[in-house]
Amino acid sequence: MVTVKILGTGCPNCRKLEALAKEAAEEAGIEAVFQKVDDINQIISYGIFMTPGLVINETVHSSGKIPSKEQIKEWLLKESQS
Amino acid sequence: MEMLIKVLNSGWQALVEYLLQHTVTCLVPAFFIAGAIFTFISREAVLKYFGPNANKLLAYGVASVSGTILAVCSCTVLPLFAGIFRVGAGIGPAITFLYSGPAINVLAIAYSARLLGVELGIARAFGAVVFSILIGLLMAFIYRKEEAAKKQNAIQPFLVADGKTTDWHRLGMLSLMVAILLTATAKISAPIKWPLVALEITGVILASKFWFEKEEIKTWIEETRKLAYQIVPLLLIGVFLAGLIKALLPPSWVASFVGKNTVLANLVASLSGTLMYFATLTEVPIIKALLELGMDKGPALALLLAGPALSLPSMLALGKIMGTRKTVAYVILVVIFSTLAGYLYGMIT
Repeated sequence: MVTVKILGTGCPNCRKLEALAKEAAEEAGIEAVFQKVDDINQIISYGIFMTPGLVINETVHSSGKIPSKEQIKEWLLKESQS
Repeated sequence: MEMLIKVLNSGWQALVEYLLQHTVTCLVPAFFIAGAIFTFISREAVLKYFGPNANKLLAYGVASVSGTILAVCSCTVLPLFAGIFRVGAGIGPAITFLYSGPAINVLAIAYSARLLGVELGIARAFGAVVFSILIGLLMAFIYRKEEAAKKQNAIQPFLVADGKTTDWHRLGMLSLMVAILLTATAKISAPIKWPLVALEITGVILASKFWFEKEEIKTWIEETRKLAYQIVPLLLIGVFLAGLIKALLPPSWVASFVGKNTVLANLVASLSGTLMYFATLTEVPIIKALLELGMDKGPALALLLAGPALSLPSMLALGKIMGTRKTVAYVILVVIFSTLAGYLYGMIT
């Protein structure tokens, strides 16, 4: 079980990232809880400058771009094993 | 009834005229350039100058011009500001970025120059850069004690290379597109202009075929489309509103408030600019309408500088990020310096 947080203030890219991450989790067969973080102070507390940010189990994995679905799957697998 | 039809007609005419004159030659290339900047240029290369240990002087310089690359879409400005303020180089460079960002991005520069004239377009970009640094330095000076105390509980910034490199191919591609924008909007005769534009477009197509991965080009087109979808509808509303303003606002009012380049007129312009909300780029057609109604160039620049930099909603968001006191200080500085910039510009021209 992993916790996935999507960091963003509601720009189109954030919504796209959320959809992509959900797809990735489903395809990889990983049980994940999704959380949207749109409070700017909380977003910054992860140390990222550019939204959207992707946080899996409290580790920042990407910021300022939409990573590929394959890449997200890889991160999900890694986080679910540790 | 007749009045209403007249007013709506003015809005409609502004819209049609606008679509014919500015969309193809100015906005289409500008959107493609903005999309290309987002896709091809490495933002991490710029962000590293905003890190907590970055050279302070360099950070101000980079912050004042980096809006060109980082502020392509206005929704990225506030998170970046918050990041630079809390995690990175501190309040000074963050404020510098916040003030210059909306004026210095490629869409704003191209569009202002096209609609309001090259002179006012350049004055806007130049004024934004110079005064953003001054305001940033002043904020850093006012809050220097707090900044020094902040160093201890720093958050680790998340910065990794995003895999993009800014090499000659990318710069070449961008230069080609800027050339298209310049040629298409330049005042040269049609028989020379359009073949030249066609040649440059061929250049861009060849470059995208030989210099880039297919995937990158796809992202570029997608980003361009997204930006256009986001901005164009708001812009059309802005243009329509500008048409209404032209029909409704008596020129004598405009003349009496901001018709001459006085300190008071500039103050009125920058103060109302701070309170008003302009969606991305809509400030440009509205200021054009006011200029046609008799607004002086000085107050026009004051409004151009203060307008997009602040609005009531953005003040609330800023208050949440850096607290009420600092926000008030920033608002006051923006009003003062935008007034000053407008007044100086009005005196020169």
